[in-house]
Amino acid sequence: MEWLANLFGSYWPAVQLTVWTLIKIVLIVAPLMGAVAYLTLAERKVIGYMQVRIGPNRVGYFGLLQPIADGLKLLFKEIIVPTASNKTLFLLGPVLAIAPAFAAWAVVPFDMNMVLANVDAGLLYILAMTSVAVYGVIIAGWASNSKYAFLGALRSAAQIVSYEIAMGFSLVGVLMCANTLNLGKIVMGQSGGLFHWYFLPLFPLFIVYFISAVAETNRAPFDVAEGESEIVAGFHVEYSGMAFAVFFLAEYANMILVSMLAALMFLGGWLSPVTFIPDSFLWLLAKVGFLLFLFLWFRATFPRYRYDQIMRLGWKVFIPITIVWIVFVGGMMQTPWAYLFH
Amino acid sequence: MTFFGLHFQDIVFYALAAVLLYAALSVITTRNPVYAALYLVLAFFTAAGIWLLLEAEFLAITLVLVYVGAVMVLFLFVVMMLDINLDKLREGFWNALPIALPVGGLMAVEMVMIVGVRNFGYDKVVAPPAHPADYSNTAELGRVLYTDYLLPFELASVVLLVAIVAAIALTLRSRKESKSMDPSKQVLVKKADRLRIMKMDAVVEVAADTSSATTKEAS
Repeated sequence: MEWLANLFGSYWPAVQLTVWTLIKIVLIVAPLMGAVAYLTLAERKVIGYMQVRIGPNRVGYFGLLQPIADGLKLLFKEIIVPTASNKTLFLLGPVLAIAPAFAAWAVVPFDMNMVLANVDAGLLYILAMTSVAVYGVIIAGWASNSKYAFLGALRSAAQIVSYEIAMGFSLVGVLMCANTLNLGKIVMGQSGGLFHWYFLPLFPLFIVYFISAVAETNRAPFDVAEGESEIVAGFHVEYSGMAFAVFFLAEYANMILVSMLAALMFLGGWLSPVTFIPDSFLWLLAKVGFLLFLFLWFRATFPRYRYDQIMRLGWKVFIPITIVWIVFVGGMMQTPWAYLFH
Repeated sequence: MTFFGLHFQDIVFYALAAVLLYAALSVITTRNPVYAALYLVLAFFTAAGIWLLLEAEFLAITLVLVYVGAVMVLFLFVVMMLDINLDKLREGFWNALPIALPVGGLMAVEMVMIVGVRNFGYDKVVAPPAHPADYSNTAELGRVLYTDYLLPFELASVVLLVAIVAAIALTLRSRKESKSMDPSKQVLVKKADRLRIMKMDAVVEVAADTSSATTKEAS
């Protein structure tokens, strides 16, 4: 330790900070990867039971080792790079898809003090990172040099950009109520039990946010980006092995991220719904788990939207709803009932 | 021990600045327009990093959110769909050079004169004092924008609104042959509009082996 400090000289505090931050990043990303792996199993099991099947039950007790078997299989598969593709961008695509999905976790608080970067503009940072996620899809679709992949990329890009607006607007409502962009302070603004959570005064925004989140993550029923019946598998049709798996991981990591954000901003984060039970990280886990279950439930229940219907829903239904509700909240805050919105 | 008297922040700044310059140069030198757009994205990212060093986190994040997340996506969207003939683009290079070179040179000289050391040297621009940890750049900007600069801010938003309306008015044409459904009509459809229930008398089918005989009789 001593000679390390001497080696780095005046840079030693900065080096220490960097190493310490890296350790924290690993502590966040490693459980996240585990959660992603077991979310795939949960999805197959839940949809299986909803369709009166059993789902995977061969590998390990209750199919519990299935994600590991899947991961190993994908690792050992060959990554085929199409001859006519743009090699650099073809390999850059999956990286750009998964990097923002993980980078956004930097500002996500897990408890009062458990946060990697307690920045004041946390909400903006999250919005910026989720908006960057579209590059992975576009670049993968274009670099594949295949018309199915390209069509999938175009659909997805238009869809993500459209729903981002509705999503951003519904978060404006949250920041009006909380008076801050810091995620930890947003959660603390909801303290005082179930009836102080923001999903009640901002109910329309909560619904719009969650549906937009499903569309942002390209999940069913908004999964036209990979619509199997029309464009085989969309933007990742040319990918195989681990390159495909990275897209898969990014999709599930994004699902967990948007569920986490919904839990933090509308459902009181780690706060307990009743005041006589203490607040805990477990509450946050339970809320995120419930929202993730909704994702799976949607997939098992709804038929896929047609593309023009998706666009209509985003632009002509969600954006007007959010604008009207933001104006309504702003107006109510000037009345004696303002306490309802804080 | 320090490298050439550089602090940690300086090293970060020079690394970001080097990437920014490389990316900016590549935007204009690379041949593939998709690469050029992606280099521009890289330039925005590194510029945002430099702004973060200046404690301007709101501007840095907004740069990524607006330019990288929205503007450049639409740029890429268009550039990827175009089938650009690169040779044709470079055809007029030598003809345009005699005019382009002096114009470019003039612009470079102007920029050096304005942004040069004479106006922006260490003696002219003092480093802003470091802010306390609880200082919120976002809140400060919001306060100034809605008090001191309210009128310019509202004017800018009106101009933007006019631009949006104009862009839609110029490009929106409804094609006659395009078919679309009106969802509000679709949900109002009742059973009676689509389905007609007819009352028919039951017909008893005649047994198979006698069918030939019956048809003969009928004919």
